Amino acid sequence: MMKKLFLLLSLLLPLAAQANEEMHLDKAPINTSDQASLQRGAKYFVNYCLNCHSAQAMRYNRLTEIGLTEDEIKANLMFPAEKIGETMQVGMKPADAKAWFGVAPPDLSVEERVRGADWLYTYLRGFYRDETRPSGWNNTVFANVAMPHVLWDLQGEQQLKVTKAKDADGKEVETHELVLVKPGTMTPVEYNAMVADLVNYLAFMAEPAKATRQNLGIIALLVLGILFLLAYALKKEFWKDVH
Amino acid sequence: MIKYLTCALKWVDDRFPLTATWKAHLSEYYAPKNFNFWYYFGSLALLVLVMQIVTGIFLTMHYKPDADLAFYSVETTIMRDVWGGWFIRYLHSTGASMFFIVVYLHMFRGLLYGSHRNPRELIWLFGVGIFLCLMGEAFFGYLLPWGQMSYWGAQVIVNLFGAIPFIGPDVAEWLRGDYLVSDATLNRFFAFHVIALPLVLLGLVAAHVLALHEVGSNNPDGVEIKKYKDPNTGIPLDGIPFHPYYTVKDIVGVVVFLMVFAAVVFFAPEMGGYFLEANNFVPANPMQTPAHIAPVWYFTPYYSILRAVPPMFNSQFPGVVAMGASVLIFAALPWLDRSPVKSIRYRGAQYKGWLTAFVISILVLGYLGTVPSNVWGQFDKDIFILGGADRATVLARVMMVVYFLFFILMPWYTKIDKTKPVPERVTG
Repeated sequence: MMKKLFLLLSLLLPLAAQANEEMHLDKAPINTSDQASLQRGAKYFVNYCLNCHSAQAMRYNRLTEIGLTEDEIKANLMFPAEKIGETMQVGMKPADAKAWFGVAPPDLSVEERVRGADWLYTYLRGFYRDETRPSGWNNTVFANVAMPHVLWDLQGEQQLKVTKAKDADGKEVETHELVLVKPGTMTPVEYNAMVADLVNYLAFMAEPAKATRQNLGIIALLVLGILFLLAYALKKEFWKDVH
Repeated sequence: MIKYLTCALKWVDDRFPLTATWKAHLSEYYAPKNFNFWYYFGSLALLVLVMQIVTGIFLTMHYKPDADLAFYSVETTIMRDVWGGWFIRYLHSTGASMFFIVVYLHMFRGLLYGSHRNPRELIWLFGVGIFLCLMGEAFFGYLLPWGQMSYWGAQVIVNLFGAIPFIGPDVAEWLRGDYLVSDATLNRFFAFHVIALPLVLLGLVAAHVLALHEVGSNNPDGVEIKKYKDPNTGIPLDGIPFHPYYTVKDIVGVVVFLMVFAAVVFFAPEMGGYFLEANNFVPANPMQTPAHIAPVWYFTPYYSILRAVPPMFNSQFPGVVAMGASVLIFAALPWLDRSPVKSIRYRGAQYKGWLTAFVISILVLGYLGTVPSNVWGQFDKDIFILGGADRATVLARVMMVVYFLFFILMPWYTKIDKTKPVPERVTG
């Protein structure tokens, strides 16, 4: 019986190996405890994203947690809002947005928890020129995306170079490569760092309590560890007379 | 001081069986002394139930059961504005998954040591009722955050009722209160989740424990400790009072369990997308169906069975029946098992083999339920019968057959199984 089961399981292994290949994503070099990076990210977010994308779960005063004072937030980051306790809204009406872009830009409050930081990092660096699209742009990780490349003057223009080659088995393999054809105001290194800051901020915004959560976790596990020693000693003491 | 307390206790005891209840269920309830690792999960299930109720009460204070407000009442109010709200929410969301882990291990204990056998059939039946209630709680509760997976998961499950011949579409509409999952659905699911099912659940749990304390606990040897009692005291020779022995032992189990629980809550509340699905951080959108709708992990074995059954006569109904049967068949277990022994320690190779196959089938079905059915591609066109079929679906069908054969063949293989002699008393 058991032998048959193992045989069956061993038959499954090659199947598992053929599981769908995931799209390649670059690892986002982010660190949510780097406050300088988060502050730059917040600035980029407010300047480039918040015109179309709201973050309606995020209140401006929450930015004090990345080392900004309320006055700094009010002076530099609060363009459409009046009070520090307001959430990050946009003026654009969803119906207008739908008419202009074909789809209402999604709220970005918890977007990092939907897509993951690596996806966002690759996505924001993956725009290329595609004249067949209404916006003139396409994306390597989000095919036929409705959003135009908002950061194009920083990154410049990329083109998708497709090369076909034969591999060892004689099968035709396509490789896709993004090539910068028109430089922007930033070098590729600067642009990557800027996107990393932005993604870092999106990660912070998706769960501002994350740092608190992890710090409390260490304390909780330590307390429970001590409690375990006490509970175990208590149990040993009581069970001495059970044979 | 003691004098006054004794006096007060006597006053209560004259009017309410306080001391008698304490004795009957704790200090003079005699449990077998040989409980092992598998016997922690009953008390842990009770602990998780209490945690779910307490965290649930606090979540109810801030949650808005309204299609326009629900998503952000969770993501803004609870996760950000309420002090410690994220903690309460993660305790509740993690608690849901932990509840199923604990209950699945508790049920597996039953299969290991024959806890469902005579005279404990009713305990088992109450337990199956609790399991069904729990599934209902999980299903109704999952709609409440009003994310994409909440919405489309509910849509898929309610549509299953639509597959019932003749009355199906009306039943589905009646359940939803609308033509599609909407505000009306959210409101009634909220009512079911926070009051209707918890009431039934508490009643069933009380019945489960009362029935257990009537007949006494089983143990890893599957022998009845009441057979050998001290002639003077009438106490089972292999029994020890639940309190303090098992209360102090269970505290150790509770602390270890809480460490695992805390590790998830504080360091991995999404548990890689298995406890909180990524797509559920997108607000529900009735106009946009997600590419891949997957239930939360604890439902995936049954979901796999649903998908494995091909539509017949243009109806999904056979799959729905198979899925329902895969859950309800647990209730028949006490009468399917014909073995002269209860514990796996004294059973033969037949039962051990079938139980192993059953566990493997659940794990494989559970995994397959989390991925799209074309995940491994199709068989080559020219293979006999299998040609062109999804590999994953074929495997799910094989595993489904194993799952059901474990139950259906049980009366035969438990009867012919070569059992070992059972000791008269527990072996420690």
